[in-house]
Amino acid sequence: MAKEFDIPKLPTYLEIPEINEGAMEGKGPFKSSKEFQTPLGFPGEKVDNWQEVAINKMGELKSKYRSVQVFLDACVKCGACTDKCHYFLGSSDPKNMPVARQDLFRSVYRRHFTFAGKYFPKLVGAKELDDEMLDDWYNYFHQCSQCRRCSVFCPYGIDTAEISMAAREVLDAVGVGQKYCNQILGKAITIGNNLGLPEPALRDTLLDLEEEIEEETGVAVKYPLDVKGAEILLITPSADFFAEPHIDGLIGYGKVFHQDGVSWTMSSYAAEGANFGMFIGSYDIMRKAALRIRKAALDLEVSRVMVGECGHAWRVAYSFWNTLTGVGAGASATDEFAQKLQNQLDSRYPQPQHIIEYTHDLIQRGKLDFDKSANDDRTVTFHDSCNVARATNMGGIPNGQFILPREVIKAVCNNFVDMERGTIMESTFCCGGGGGLLTDDLMEIRIKGAMPRMQALKEVEKSDAVDTLVAICAICKSQFSKVLPKFDFDPYMIVSAHQLVSEAIIMDKPQTDDSQAEVAKEAETEKVD
Amino acid sequence: MSVVSIFFTALFYISLAIFLIGMTRKIYQYWMTPVPLKIPTAPTPLTQTGVVMRLAREVVLFESLFKSNKWTWLFGWLFHVGLLLVLIRHARYFWPGDLPEIFLLIQPFKYAAFAMVIGLFGLLGRRFFVERIRYISAPSDYLMLLLLLVIGVSGVVMTFTSNHTDVIMVKEFASGLIVFNWADLPTEVHFLVHIFMVFVLMAIFPISKLLHVPGVFFSPTRNQVDDARKKRHISPWALKQEQEHAIKLDQTLGQDSEGK
Repeated sequence: MAKEFDIPKLPTYLEIPEINEGAMEGKGPFKSSKEFQTPLGFPGEKVDNWQEVAINKMGELKSKYRSVQVFLDACVKCGACTDKCHYFLGSSDPKNMPVARQDLFRSVYRRHFTFAGKYFPKLVGAKELDDEMLDDWYNYFHQCSQCRRCSVFCPYGIDTAEISMAAREVLDAVGVGQKYCNQILGKAITIGNNLGLPEPALRDTLLDLEEEIEEETGVAVKYPLDVKGAEILLITPSADFFAEPHIDGLIGYGKVFHQDGVSWTMSSYAAEGANFGMFIGSYDIMRKAALRIRKAALDLEVSRVMVGECGHAWRVAYSFWNTLTGVGAGASATDEFAQKLQNQLDSRYPQPQHIIEYTHDLIQRGKLDFDKSANDDRTVTFHDSCNVARATNMGGIPNGQFILPREVIKAVCNNFVDMERGTIMESTFCCGGGGGLLTDDLMEIRIKGAMPRMQALKEVEKSDAVDTLVAICAICKSQFSKVLPKFDFDPYMIVSAHQLVSEAIIMDKPQTDDSQAEVAKEAETEKVD
Repeated sequence: MSVVSIFFTALFYISLAIFLIGMTRKIYQYWMTPVPLKIPTAPTPLTQTGVVMRLAREVVLFESLFKSNKWTWLFGWLFHVGLLLVLIRHARYFWPGDLPEIFLLIQPFKYAAFAMVIGLFGLLGRRFFVERIRYISAPSDYLMLLLLLVIGVSGVVMTFTSNHTDVIMVKEFASGLIVFNWADLPTEVHFLVHIFMVFVLMAIFPISKLLHVPGVFFSPTRNQVDDARKKRHISPWALKQEQEHAIKLDQTLGQDSEGK
C-alpha cells in the first residue's frame, strides 16, 4: 500500500502499451486469517498438502463447471483478448492480458490433466503448481475484476471471470483467501449485510433519512423496514445506506416508490444486494447469501422482489437468483422449492425486477412528473457497469440493459452525451474496482485499471463539457469517488441514476394522509395494469 | 504392397482411431459436464433461435474475432475458409469409383490453398512480431502453424508446380483406405510429407488446442439463451444439494469426479 507508483497519464487515444514484465508483481491483497476463513468453511491457513488439495479442487471444478473445462481446452492463443483488459492497458504487465492470466491456471491444468502437458510440458507450456505459481495466482487473480470484457471479444467466448473465480476457489480451498472478500462474506451470511449492520442501527439510519428528506422537501417519504405484507421487497447494496453518493440514490428510490404509492419494504435480515460469493467463485457461499433474500421474501409475504443500483448484485439477482433461490419464474411443476416462492410472487412483473426497470416503466406510463431543468446545471454521461452490461438484461428487450438506464437519465435530464462507442455498452471499461478489488490494499491496480475509463471520460469532458458521471453500481460509485481526483476530475461528479431522478422528480404535496393516498394510488395502478 | 505403403496405411488407421476415440471422449466430457449457472455474454440472444444465429455467425464469420482484431480475423478467416474448401476438394480422392458430376464444381477450390497458406503465414507472422502474442505463445503454438504450413505448402507444390504426384495412385490409395482395398501410394517425398503431417494433425486433434472446434459449440457464454428470470435453470449437482438442504461450506476439499 505504501508502494510508490505513477498515476497513468491520460492519452488522447487509448494506446496498447508495450509489455512491461513484472510491472504489477507483488504479494497481492491482504490475506485472510483464520477468523474470516473458518466461518466460510475454508482452512484457516495454507494447508500442508496444499498442492494435492489444489489439484483435486481443480479436478472437481472442471467436472462441475463446463465453462472451466471448455475454456481451459479451447484457447488457441490468438491474442484477440490481449489488448482488451483495462488492467493490462493501465499497468502494461503482460500477466494482466486475459489469456496470460488464464494461462497461470491453464498451465497447471495442462500439467496435471492433459496428455500433452504430462508428457511434453515444455512443448505446451505446462507448469507445476509450486509456491511461486501459487503466489502468482494470488496476485494476478486479484487483479481481475471479473468484468468479462475479454469474453465479448474472444472468438470462443472464453470468460476470464470464470477462470479467476475457479482460481480463487482453489486458493480458498488451500487456505489462501483474500481478507477483503472473506471478511465481508462472514458478515453477509451471519448478519445479512456487508457492513455488519444490525437491525436497530439500520432502522435508525432509515429514520434519519426520512427526517432529512421531509425537512428538505416537505414530503414524508418513508423507508419501511420489515413490513410484512408489503408489495415490494427492495434488496439494495448496503452502501446505499451510508456511503456517498450512494445514499442520494436511495433517496431517489424512496421518492419514486412514494410517487407510485406502492407499498414496499426492506428487510433487516437480508439488507444486502451485493453478493461477494460470486467474486470468490463459491456457488455454495453465493447461494447461502442469496437464500437470505428468499427467506425474507417468504417471511414478509411480498409479491415482488426488486433490486437497487448495484452491478454484481444485479448479475446475481438477474442471472443466478432463480437458480440459487427460486426468485424468478418458470420452475417446473414438480419443483417444490422454487414453486413455493414463485406461487407467491406476482407473475405480471419480472422477478426480480431492477429499480431502473421499475422507474422506467412508471415513466413510460406517465406516472412520474419531472422538472428536467433541475438537472440543467449538469452535462451527464453514463458508465455502463460491467456486470449489468455484459451479464444481465433489463426490460426483456434486446440490449435493454443499455437502453433503459439511458432512457431514465434522458427523462430527467436535458444534457446527455455518451462516451466513445468502444468504451460503453457491451464493450464498457470496468471502473477498476469490481470483482472484490475495492480495497485500499489494491489501490495501485485500482488506479491503473481505471485509466481506460478515465481516458474516455476525459474526452467527453473536453468535447462536451461533461461534468457528471452516472453509474448504477455501488462498487463503481465508491471506486470513482476514490480515483476520479487522481485523474484531475471532481470526485463528486459521480452520482446514482436515481440521484438525478430524485433531483428532477416533482413530488405531490401536501401529503396529509399517506395511507389514504396510497390506497387511492394502488387502486389506480390496478386499473392501468 | 511396399513397406512404405503398409506404414502409411497403418498410420492412417491409427491416427483416425485416435482422432475418433479422442474426439468422442472430449465431446462426451463437454456434454456431460454441467453448466450450473446462466452466464451468456452480451450482446445476448433472448431466444433459442437467437442462439443458433449467434453461433452460426461465430462459426461462419468469426464475429467476435472481427470485433476484436481485424488482422487476426483476416488471417484466421482466410486460413479456415481456405482449409475448408481444400478439404471438400479432397473428397474426390476418397470417393471410390467414378466421380459424380458434382465434383466438377469443386475443382476450382484448389485455389483456396493459397488463401489457407497466406492466412497461416499471417498468423505465424503475428505470433513472431506482435510482442503480446509472442509473450503468450508456447512452442506448440508455433509448431501447430508450421505443421499446417507444411501441409498447405506441400499441397500447393503438388497442385501448382511441376512436382505433380500420380493422382490416380493417390485416389487408389485414399479410396482404398475407405473401402479396405489397400493399394500402394506414390512415394514422392512431398506427397509423403503431406499425408504424414495430415495424419499427425488428426492424431493430435483431441489432445491439443484444436479442441476449439468442438469447444466453440459448448461455450456457455455463447450458447446460452438469456432467459434466467423466465425459466429456472439448475444443474443436477446443485439440484441434489438443494433437495438435501445442503450447503456444503465444510466440504470444500473436492475430488475429481471424472477420475472415478
